[in-house]
Amino acid sequence: MSKKSLDLTMKDPHPRPLSRSAGEGGRRPGEGPAWEPKIVAFFCTWCTYTAADLAGMSRMTYAPNARIVRFMCSGRVDPQFVLKAFQEGADGVLIGGCHPGDCHYQSGNYKALRRITLLKRLLKEMGIEPERLRLEWISASEGDRVQKVMNEMTAKIRQLGPLHVERPSPPAPLPSSRTGEECPQGGVRAKAEVQGGAR
Amino acid sequence: MSKPKVGFYWCASCGGCEEAVVDLAEDLLKVVEAVDIVFWPVALDFKRSDVEAMKDGEMAASFVNGAIRTSEQEEMAELLRKKSQLLIAFGSCSHLGGIPGLANLWDRQAIFECVYKEAPSVVNPEGVVPQEQTKLGSNGYALTLPSFRDTVRTLDQTVEVDYYLPGCPPPVKLIVNAVMAILENKLPPKGTVLAPDKALCDECSRKATKPDKLALRELKRPHQILMDPKKCLLAQGLLCLGPATRSGCDAPCISANMPCTGCLGPTSRVKDYGAKAMSAIASLVDSNDEKEMAVLMEQIVDPVGTFYRYSLPASLLHRRVRNLTPSPFKGEGWGEGKKGLGERSGGAQR
Repeated sequence: MSKKSLDLTMKDPHPRPLSRSAGEGGRRPGEGPAWEPKIVAFFCTWCTYTAADLAGMSRMTYAPNARIVRFMCSGRVDPQFVLKAFQEGADGVLIGGCHPGDCHYQSGNYKALRRITLLKRLLKEMGIEPERLRLEWISASEGDRVQKVMNEMTAKIRQLGPLHVERPSPPAPLPSSRTGEECPQGGVRAKAEVQGGAR
Repeated sequence: MSKPKVGFYWCASCGGCEEAVVDLAEDLLKVVEAVDIVFWPVALDFKRSDVEAMKDGEMAASFVNGAIRTSEQEEMAELLRKKSQLLIAFGSCSHLGGIPGLANLWDRQAIFECVYKEAPSVVNPEGVVPQEQTKLGSNGYALTLPSFRDTVRTLDQTVEVDYYLPGCPPPVKLIVNAVMAILENKLPPKGTVLAPDKALCDECSRKATKPDKLALRELKRPHQILMDPKKCLLAQGLLCLGPATRSGCDAPCISANMPCTGCLGPTSRVKDYGAKAMSAIASLVDSNDEKEMAVLMEQIVDPVGTFYRYSLPASLLHRRVRNLTPSPFKGEGWGEGKKGLGERSGGAQR
């Protein structure tokens, strides 16, 4: 491993260098280590995830920039997950599902298509290039298509550059002395801890 | 024992939340009987110095409405937090950002350019915009104004908040329940939104007329249709956000033939109201063809303004992304911005 530490701001449970060729492209003057596109991929277990498996077993090489998350269906991909990925530092989100008509649950992929169509418009208004979100139909036998889409997406994100989503800084916590026991009016906030879990 | 002290304060808001307190009507007398209102700038003559003179935690509860836009609002939020045992975000703006939060589609510079220079009704040949410090020439006296922040924040993005009273404005029923819960010391866990945790459809009077499977071919806006006063508004093709919105308001808008716009925000399991509402509506669009569904969705003229009407600052993205790629709004005058705005809400020009 090179001495240069890579920017892994997205919380990765197994931090490791993203690319053996991290030196190429993406570096901006004064930005420190080279930037590598971070892509979160939501793949449906029946088609696209299986295709990614096939690509691996067939020893196809493709850009190692995506973290794949397996879903039961592309219809399970809530737009909140996409926004959360962007918020947490993803530069692109790729969603893979079965071809139209092939959904294991009959219509999940159509639902995904409808949501992503509208979500792209919303992203554009929010200042995020719609190209950062891509929906692809990849069947279980199309390992070569996984390779192609992953490479294309990585190249596209590399061209768009890093995404910077601003997050509000959390408010300062209350000093520890400010707890229920000290309330002059008889502990109005003390009961807060009785029931577990926010409703 | 003296009565518990409470305070009310407003930040970036319209004043409707103060109205909601007055809307308690006769119940307000019960409240005043039970508590001492020690701070309420809109109605009573107490000053900031009166609050500063209090001991920490002297007030039992402060109800703060409005989003946080200026440095003064930040200071007041921090002051009230310090002096109150309970800080309650009152209304959509302090809960989720509210209507003022939609300004997060722009930044300070774009807003100043628009409001003080380029709006059609403004005459400002010298291009004067608000300054935080102004030195008066003759005597060297300096005037200070609060700083106008670049981004609107919710109350809980500024200080720690104990409870939330949602709504624009919060329904009287919920205010009464909250006050009673505080007085009787029957409060739920900290951080709770003091409203039922079910979607509005659940308590909607038109619930029975909602078909099992909704399929939207046409999305209409209220002025484009003569409404059936009994039938589910979604079934009539109106973009009603009831399925994604928290209940507790008894659906007054829907009773008045206006679709729900989502002011009570999401239920507790949803992290991003706009994304969830958008997801709910998009999946109802009755088309499986990519091109056709895009055309059908074009009928939603302003996705951010529709789905994030009350919750942009509280959303996962928080504000419009200022990326390395040039934005149509950033750092440009209203001329450019207006183009962007027109594109954003094309329907408004019709």
